[in-house]
Amino acid sequence: MKAALSLLKRDIGLSWSRGGGPVLAVGFYLTLMAMIPLSLGPESQVLSRVAPGLTWLSLALASLLSLERLFERDYEDGLFDILRGGPLPLEAIALIKCLAQWLGTGLILALLTPLVMIILGAPIEAAGLSLLAALLGSFSFALIGGVGAALSLGSRKGGVLIALLVLPFYVPPVIFGAGLMQAYLSGSPIFQALGLLGAYSLFALALCPIATGAALRSALN
Amino acid sequence: MISWLANPERFSRLFTPIRPYIGAAAALLCLWGLYLCFASPEDYQQGDTVRIMYLHVPTAWMAMFVYLVMGIASFFGLIWRHSLADVAAKAAAPIGAVFTALALLTGSLWGRPMWGTWWEWDGRMTSVLVLFLFYIGYIALHAAIEDETRAARSTAILALIGLVNLPVIKFSVEWWNTLHQGASVIRPDGPTIAPDMLWPLLVMALAFKLFFIWLWLVRIDTELMARRTRALRARLSFAEEGN
Repeated sequence: MKAALSLLKRDIGLSWSRGGGPVLAVGFYLTLMAMIPLSLGPESQVLSRVAPGLTWLSLALASLLSLERLFERDYEDGLFDILRGGPLPLEAIALIKCLAQWLGTGLILALLTPLVMIILGAPIEAAGLSLLAALLGSFSFALIGGVGAALSLGSRKGGVLIALLVLPFYVPPVIFGAGLMQAYLSGSPIFQALGLLGAYSLFALALCPIATGAALRSALN
Repeated sequence: MISWLANPERFSRLFTPIRPYIGAAAALLCLWGLYLCFASPEDYQQGDTVRIMYLHVPTAWMAMFVYLVMGIASFFGLIWRHSLADVAAKAAAPIGAVFTALALLTGSLWGRPMWGTWWEWDGRMTSVLVLFLFYIGYIALHAAIEDETRAARSTAILALIGLVNLPVIKFSVEWWNTLHQGASVIRPDGPTIAPDMLWPLLVMALAFKLFFIWLWLVRIDTELMARRTRALRARLSFAEEGN
């Protein structure tokens, strides 16, 4: 347990000290938010209708950003070989790194989501639910991203390959999250979409560390 | 028996002679199927355009079938380190990708006269598009990793994760209010399609399956030859370096 916590603390600390922490992802998120009215036109009617969906799309894309570096530095430094000899199994190491990714980057993006959605024209009542949905969604994005990062470890194609592998699995939370917001704003019951979003996150929590661990093991051999 | 087949020599010795017969059978069945397609009755609503179904449905079935084959081969390759299974999965992927693309294309051509639209984002079309993306991702990952063993293992993990999409495609017409009609062939109560139309459909499906098996065997042999060539070349350059 102590080993897990110290690894977590180390990873979060590293993401803040090297590479500026969440600044890059936040900057990208806000830039996307700014580009949306620039590309669609500033008509508030159009924008308020697409605000939930495009916010979720931007959240997914911004979560992709730091995935390439998730395992790469430690892989090249040989830290994984040392960690393997320790008390933690590779699956736990993978889970901790994805958790650190979420706490360092994804959580910040999720906290900004209500702001982004409202700036894009969604009504203020959407704020609370959008925060909850973004927390669940960004959590699953971090876990699934870990699988993609581990699978493409060592290949020179990097970020775009990870995006290609991971984006099809980002699709369900985007659908459920955006659908949840649209249902809420139109007065329909939200329980189903919220349940599916939560279920997807739990699925990711249960299965992704195993897949990531298997991919890491294959990369280290 | 599966481990008996793991020897590439044995595999080639067994399957290469029968391969041309499979190919010939596929061609003959395809010709017969096409004849049946054009001899079959018109649909009372759609007229002649219903005949696209005889191309669209088999390609869609093959798209899913090939992914299932890829998944099973990946499973064998990953768990039992069956090297021929890895080659088989890698060989099947581009075939499946093309079948999926054809299914999407023929579906689009059929949808225009029937539903008035080239494309809709309903459950089935979106999940088949996602299947196509899975195929592309699989091929891309294979190409991106140089070491063959590592590539095989990583892509096997990817293929197994993507298997979850297959039930989504199958049941998408039941779970969501989609533009696609519900299942009319593989149903718990048996097919609801007329026998005049069922027969051409099944013949074309069988023809496509045999075509897939033929092409798959060709590709497996090609991949095995490519590996042997690479090994020989490596040995040659190593020997030259020594001199």
